[in-house]
Amino acid sequence: MSLGFPAAIAHLPESRQRALLAVGSFLLPILVWCMISYLPFLWHPKVMVEEPGGVGYFQAGMLIDHADFAEQARQMREQGLALPSGIPANPIYLPAPHLVAKAFYTGFTTPPQGRDGVWLHESLWHSIQIIFWGFVISSLFGVPLGILGGTYTVLGRLQEPFIEFFRYLPAPAFGALAVAVLGIYDGPKIAIIVIGTFFQQVLVIANTTRKLEITLIEAARTLGTRGARLITKVVLPGILPDLYRDQRILLGWAWTYLIVAELIGTSSGITWYITQQARYQHFENVYAAIIIIGIIGFGSDLLLARLGRRLFPWDRTQERK
Amino acid sequence: MDALPSYLDQSEAVRARFARIRQREVILEVRGLHKRYQSAQGETEALRDINFKVRRREFVCVIGPSGCGKSTLIRILAGLESHSAGDVLLDDKPVSGPGRDRGMVFQGYSLFPWLTVKKNVMFGPEISGFSHDSAEREARLWLDVVGLSKFADAYPHELSGGMRQRVAIARALVNQPRILLMDEPFGALDAQTRAKMQTHLLEIWRNLDITILFITHDLDEAIYLADRVLVLKAHPGEVQEVIEVPVPRPRLPGQFSSPEFRATKDRLEALIHPAEEDGDLSPALAEDSALQQHMIRFTDVADNVE
Ligand SMILES: Nc1ncnc2c1ncn2[C@@H]1O[C@H](COP(=O)(O)OP(=O)(O)OP(=O)(O)O)[C@@H](O)[C@H]1O
Ligand SMILES: [Mg+2]
Repeated sequence: MSLGFPAAIAHLPESRQRALLAVGSFLLPILVWCMISYLPFLWHPKVMVEEPGGVGYFQAGMLIDHADFAEQARQMREQGLALPSGIPANPIYLPAPHLVAKAFYTGFTTPPQGRDGVWLHESLWHSIQIIFWGFVISSLFGVPLGILGGTYTVLGRLQEPFIEFFRYLPAPAFGALAVAVLGIYDGPKIAIIVIGTFFQQVLVIANTTRKLEITLIEAARTLGTRGARLITKVVLPGILPDLYRDQRILLGWAWTYLIVAELIGTSSGITWYITQQARYQHFENVYAAIIIIGIIGFGSDLLLARLGRRLFPWDRTQERK
Repeated sequence: MDALPSYLDQSEAVRARFARIRQREVILEVRGLHKRYQSAQGETEALRDINFKVRRREFVCVIGPSGCGKSTLIRILAGLESHSAGDVLLDDKPVSGPGRDRGMVFQGYSLFPWLTVKKNVMFGPEISGFSHDSAEREARLWLDVVGLSKFADAYPHELSGGMRQRVAIARALVNQPRILLMDEPFGALDAQTRAKMQTHLLEIWRNLDITILFITHDLDEAIYLADRVLVLKAHPGEVQEVIEVPVPRPRLPGQFSSPEFRATKDRLEALIHPAEEDGDLSPALAEDSALQQHMIRFTDVADNVE
């Protein structure tokens, strides 16, 4: 924020300015999307057939390239047949905002197709559980190892080279292995999330631990603290706000592994929903599902950030975002 | 203008006081202390053959140029750093590692930011097994001593620099250490706050059974506070002289211009900033002149500010 604000909002209080800009940062891309969708002279590379006229293979609602449409119209004119009519349209993979908005609603109200189909909210809930367990299992080992590695140099030097190496191995590459070991259901999916998160987690948290002001530890030692109590009474509370922030970022990374993880074994969760909808070319549903993932991820992070300000009143860096 | 007396001249009262101090038991004794650091650049001898004694309720200041090993010395005394040779004796027993018998106040950022002021002070008692209630009682008492009772429930980041150091002092004193070690505790404070803190510290020292070893690079501060000043020289760190401050107690800010004060300050200045001798540049001075020679101009040659 070094250059300040334009005059239009400069007179508003800082928090209002920030809120306005945050809303703006979402409105801008939506505005671009609306313009591309609703202004026929912007892009619209296709023609949607309204009246097939004399063209044998045209059907109402069909999307045709401009060039093909013009060619067919020319042929009809030469043959003296009825001319086809149509309006400029965007490709099927770019539905208009209102269609996607509607899909948000219909996605949740449309009963599942097929006998083993699931509702959208069931898919979502399944995905959230995969993320949750993957993240919890990773944290169960990653957080203590990170803290210990950051506190005790020897342990850090023992574990970190291997972890550095391992974190370059792409987690999805372990998919087949995970299926062989853990079966085809949720086990391998959770495993991918764990593999994708754990190694980063150990390194990030070890680094955070190392950044703790050494004077705090020394002060505690001169006050009579030693051994494990240095960790529980000084290191842990000292890094807690940063640890919390790290965990928030790592949770975000875990989300990015979700789709790959859910493709492993039997496809499930929101990924299954997305691939199904894409197969039937219901792209508005696909967008709706993708946006829902974003909303859940971003929303939970906002909640956690707010919770962080509650939990760590002494840590002023939690206030910035 | 009158010629200054020698810093060695002591009034009758001052001499009697030093005689009384010498009668007291020795709290801290440092014998033949050496410290060498191994680093990538090779070996540095930070301290060489340091010897001194501190007696009960004495206030000793250590001064010296930057890099002479003041922090190294006090960290060794606190047990935060190992030494290469020699002995550190507290009440005639060698010390190893940090302990509650030596309180330490650091230059800055040493309060636990996640604890309130009161909890910071309670940290020591709770670690050593006091019940919550008695730890709290102790903390309140010591916060009262440093005049911060009103801020018991504030977090350190809500306090000014001077207040934070007062909390740090209370936190060290609550453990009732034999000696209080202070490494430039007021170094980061502005001049006014620092003056207040000095007076405040003298007040605390007068009213408690506490011995203080205080590091500073501020000559006025050293003279104002100390019974004796230990002057270190750099490369390697050695004791150059131990000066008995002839300024009578109780000390008052008005004494800064007294003849004894000025005589002592002149002597310290001569020790710490010796007149330059040609051809015999100390490493520190050599560094300084290298700095000057390498100063590059980032402005128009003709654009002089002076
Ligand atoms: N951990 C270390 N490793 C190697 N050399 C060190 C280390 N700590 C200090 N030294 C060296 O020991 C010497 C004394 O350092 P020290 O910090 O004790 O000086 P100081 O008198 O406290 O200086 P200042 O007034 O700047 O605080 C310096 O030359 C420094 O470079
Ligand atoms: Mg120092």
